[in-house]
Amino acid sequence: MSDTWAGALQVAALIFLLAVSYRPLGDYLAHILTTRKHLRAEKALYKTIGVDPEADQTWGVYLRSVFAISAVGVLLLYLILRVQHHLMMALGMPKMQADLAYNTAASFVTNTNWQNYYGENTLGYLAQMIGLTVQNFVSAAVGIAVVATLIRGFTRNRTDRLGNFWVDLTRVLIRLMLPFSIVFALVLIAGGVTQSLGDHMTVVHTVNGDQSLYTAGTGSQEAIKLLGTNGGGVFDANSAHPFENPDGFTNLIEIYLLLVIGFALPRTFGRMVGSHKQGYTIVAVMAVIWLGSLAFSTFFEMHHHGLDLATGHAALEGKETRFGIPASALFMTGTTLTSTGAVNSTHDSYSPLGGGAAMVDIMLGEIAPGGTGSGLYGMLVLAIVTVFIAGLMVGRTPEYLGKKIRPAEMKYAALYILTTPAIVLIFAGIAMALPGETARMTNSGPHGFSEVLYAFTSMGNNNGSAFAGLGGDTTWFNTAGALAMLFGRFLPMVWVLALAGSLARQRPVPESSGTLKTASPLFAGMLLGTVLLVVGLTYFPALSLGPLAEGLH
Amino acid sequence: MKNAGAALRRHIAAIRAMLVFTVVLGIAYPLLITGIAQLALKDKANGSLVKDASGRVVGSSLLCQQYVDRDGNALPQYFQARPSNASDSSNPKDPGCDYAWSGGSNRGTTDPTLKETIRARIDAYARAYNVDPAKVPEDAVTASGSGEDPGISVANADLQAPSVARARGLNVTTVQQLIKENTHGRALGFLGEQYVDVVTLDLDLDKRAGASP
Repeated sequence: MSDTWAGALQVAALIFLLAVSYRPLGDYLAHILTTRKHLRAEKALYKTIGVDPEADQTWGVYLRSVFAISAVGVLLLYLILRVQHHLMMALGMPKMQADLAYNTAASFVTNTNWQNYYGENTLGYLAQMIGLTVQNFVSAAVGIAVVATLIRGFTRNRTDRLGNFWVDLTRVLIRLMLPFSIVFALVLIAGGVTQSLGDHMTVVHTVNGDQSLYTAGTGSQEAIKLLGTNGGGVFDANSAHPFENPDGFTNLIEIYLLLVIGFALPRTFGRMVGSHKQGYTIVAVMAVIWLGSLAFSTFFEMHHHGLDLATGHAALEGKETRFGIPASALFMTGTTLTSTGAVNSTHDSYSPLGGGAAMVDIMLGEIAPGGTGSGLYGMLVLAIVTVFIAGLMVGRTPEYLGKKIRPAEMKYAALYILTTPAIVLIFAGIAMALPGETARMTNSGPHGFSEVLYAFTSMGNNNGSAFAGLGGDTTWFNTAGALAMLFGRFLPMVWVLALAGSLARQRPVPESSGTLKTASPLFAGMLLGTVLLVVGLTYFPALSLGPLAEGLH
Repeated sequence: MKNAGAALRRHIAAIRAMLVFTVVLGIAYPLLITGIAQLALKDKANGSLVKDASGRVVGSSLLCQQYVDRDGNALPQYFQARPSNASDSSNPKDPGCDYAWSGGSNRGTTDPTLKETIRARIDAYARAYNVDPAKVPEDAVTASGSGEDPGISVANADLQAPSVARARGLNVTTVQQLIKENTHGRALGFLGEQYVDVVTLDLDLDKRAGASP
């Protein structure tokens, strides 16, 4: 079979898997987020935690609950990393230094999973399990909980109550994340991913002398790392490492896992607001962006396939033989358009425009389909902006799903859109102004700037992938990065919850002949235009200094 | 005071929730998966280990090894893996494929250092296997992202075959047959790329040598 055909079939197989998952998974999630029935196990959990599952929270209380669990999460993970040398299965690894532990804790709690450390020579197995794996689950579920409140903002009327955070969190974890992870962890292990724990590593007598084999609970961590769009690998090389991703089959499963919840959530949205067409409109925009980006980066990698030293092209640098170019580009597009940040090839070594596409993907705000929950709420905020712009054009009060988009709603939407770019550009600007920190770049010239810009784009958007040439393990980068990740995660959540609260208080406006039809190809086109315009205008100057300058060189 | 009380209760709930979820998701779940994996999928879960003729564990079929001597010179009787950046930077003698230091070069394709490195590798490969520099396979002169890539392209293996056969005093067709046996097609026929597993290929060569002294 020719390379082109195999590459195309790969994409077709992925789209098929995502398409058949759309309805059942989306409907199931809607059920989880709306049913009144508690499972017996859940009731026991609520009792242990000490919360009343029947209490309905205001957006403020909901937000403070998100903050509470996240603050506890950061502290607990920090503590685990600092005392890991006393834990079981520590494998003789020392404790993590303070600034790196802080960066790592912020990174995993914010669903970013930026890695400034080498997993296989820094962390014991138990620290990976009780520290990183747990945050992989919880941070992903928090994202879905927050988008649930925004959807309820549309479906509920004249109330200040948006749901119960503890119930949403527990249900998403127990009914969705855990069973899915169990099944797919076993699928991945059957494909060759390792899963072996012990106080000592296996010693292997290789040609290069005796080496210790780090196996870890890779399968169990890998499944939730991708399903929860986390991306923090057991190994430094992440999903490029053969123990995390042994062949073309596990590679496809991993790409499927990191996309499936994001692409199914529009169905959940459509079901909850009572119109599947609204869901189809959103998912169509996501799919168009995803396919467009995939075509773009695959083209630039394939186009430069083969060695051409005159122009500096060696497309296989940083890529695995068993995946080849199409499967690497497919993974890269998925991981940067969600908030995953797992990598099966090193993005730093992509062609300038191929790697630039990855950066643009993240700058789009990870909405196609985006991180679990965060992708959909990002897209819905942009839909609100689109409705507003359309309303200005025809001189009518904009409405979306029966709710008026008033100055209050627009204020929160505008804050949402401005927050992340402000974080990214300010931190990247400061880094470039500090001579000691720019010295951490592996590459020189525009590509070096791209490394720094990519780093803060990735952390501000909670992606976690990297142009890993940047030696980010310095006190300044660890601290600034942790701040970028925390602000980039929680400030947008504040605006989303405030927006949800504002929407839920309204009484619904009946649809009239002047109402913009938001379930139509026309609206999808306008939404797509808004997405591209907002991002284009915000980041174009920075992009021209980095990947564009290098690509047109 | 009411607010302070509510905040306190909320944080206590958060602490309890984190601890409960740590037990369920951080201990029970990985242990359950480990238990099932060790019962049903032991070989794979333990890292797809490979043994030599005497039964000693000499590697994993999933992780490359650099078949070089102490000075870093290629051993001619072995097929060579791809260049690897997985090495301990504090140890200049580390040849790569180090299990503890996975990772790639992270050099951009327009980076002058990378260009020079690749050019030098092309020259070395062309000399060692007596091929036209323009025909050197891309995978043979670029490093993988993991630094642990056990695979090389079939073209790369075919070009190395005559030299390995000569060094071992074997018939080229015998060596080519072994290449075929260690070639992995695309998963399910269309996923990923075809590759030759260098670790198992070299092990098979060693086993053959041991069997007929």
